[in-house]
Amino acid sequence: MNYIMAFLFSGFVCFLAQMIYDNSKLTPGHITSLFVVLGSFLDLFHIYDKFVEIFHAGALIPITSFGHSLMHGAMAATEEYGIFGIAMGMFDLTAAGISAAILFSFLVAIIFKPKS
Amino acid sequence: MPSHFLGNSVKLDNVYIASTGTTCGPLEFLGPLGSYFDKGYDDYHCGEKSFEQAERKMLRDSLDICLKREKMKPKDVDIYVGGDLMNQITTVNYLARELPQPFLGIYSACSSFCLSMAVASLMIEGGFIDQAVSMVSSHNATAERQYRYPVEYGVQKKATTTFTATGAISTLLSNKPSDVRVESVTFGRVIDYSQDDPNDMGRAMAPAAYDTITTHFQDLKRSFQDYDLVVTGDLSTYGHKILKEMMQRNKMDVVRYNDCGCMLYDLTKQEVFQGGSGCACSGLVTMGYLYPLLKEGKYKRVLIVATGALLSPVMTAQKDTIPCIAHAISLEVVK
Repeated sequence: MNYIMAFLFSGFVCFLAQMIYDNSKLTPGHITSLFVVLGSFLDLFHIYDKFVEIFHAGALIPITSFGHSLMHGAMAATEEYGIFGIAMGMFDLTAAGISAAILFSFLVAIIFKPKS
Repeated sequence: MPSHFLGNSVKLDNVYIASTGTTCGPLEFLGPLGSYFDKGYDDYHCGEKSFEQAERKMLRDSLDICLKREKMKPKDVDIYVGGDLMNQITTVNYLARELPQPFLGIYSACSSFCLSMAVASLMIEGGFIDQAVSMVSSHNATAERQYRYPVEYGVQKKATTTFTATGAISTLLSNKPSDVRVESVTFGRVIDYSQDDPNDMGRAMAPAAYDTITTHFQDLKRSFQDYDLVVTGDLSTYGHKILKEMMQRNKMDVVRYNDCGCMLYDLTKQEVFQGGSGCACSGLVTMGYLYPLLKEGKYKRVLIVATGALLSPVMTAQKDTIPCIAHAISLEVVK
């Protein structure tokens, strides 16, 4: 059941993105950013948290979850440090993901030579 | 001295095609016209380290083939005219380092093929030079990066996209009579119908092709009936349809009209979306396929209208529209 739920949510997000890509002039970059914003927006009233509860990994894998994590980190730090918490906590939860991205691009750049 | 221009066109009397060299990439070689090209490569790197160098190698090979046919040396040519699709017309400019004679770099996007032929022809017709080489090239991987995304980025293509042809064409023009001559040229105006999608160039370029074809017919008092074949450069299936409709609405009798982008590939089997584009598209079809048919006498006179979208990715990002152009040359069998 978990697998099916995860598939349904993730699939729906991808379906939405494909529809936008096919029917508008937005570039893939635009659409990715749009979904990050959408994810953080859905954190209002913890809507996205409910998605995670129901769909598990299905809601955590798509890029919308990145927006949701940004929001979560920022909110948590705000409770402790006030307004400055937004800047201090924003990347708390996503730090692992971002660091991994930097690390792996470094490793790939060592092995392969970018030519174009 | 009176002007030789009739409107935007010029009729030429003594410009002949002496020889050609055509090289192409893997998809073009496997396409329906593949057997007509002099040399085909089975991968996009052509044994070079980068795509840019691969494109230059293809152009160098086409030039070698072209000159060898006439047993000429690079020194024997009076002037070289050429263009390609990259910034700073990289391929031809860098190749020109190896040339011992003057070089004239031109840019007119995918219509560079007809423009370089036209410029070289006018210089010969004017009596300034005896021989000129027109050379153009395009490479799928370099052009895609130039105008849209790097191929390595793996972006999903839109259904309206055209596929930049990989190939290079060198043509030796001369004032010494041969079987086929350049009969007239028409220079195009820049037309912009406010299309701003770089993934749909066929539709953007159709009005420019329409303008050049009608100008050519008006200037020289001709119609489709005067040609055995009229081809546009790279309008693809969409642009081709729009152009046909535009002409039919204006009561033109459209016969024997085709598009190089639709001829170069097998659109049902090869994954090229709406068809081919790029300098090499019109160049390969004209010099690889139509020229031998003219020589054999299957066609008497053909009109080639190479279309070009003069877009700059910077201006696309600034949401500006795409200016387009089309230049035409007509080739005729010498009786």
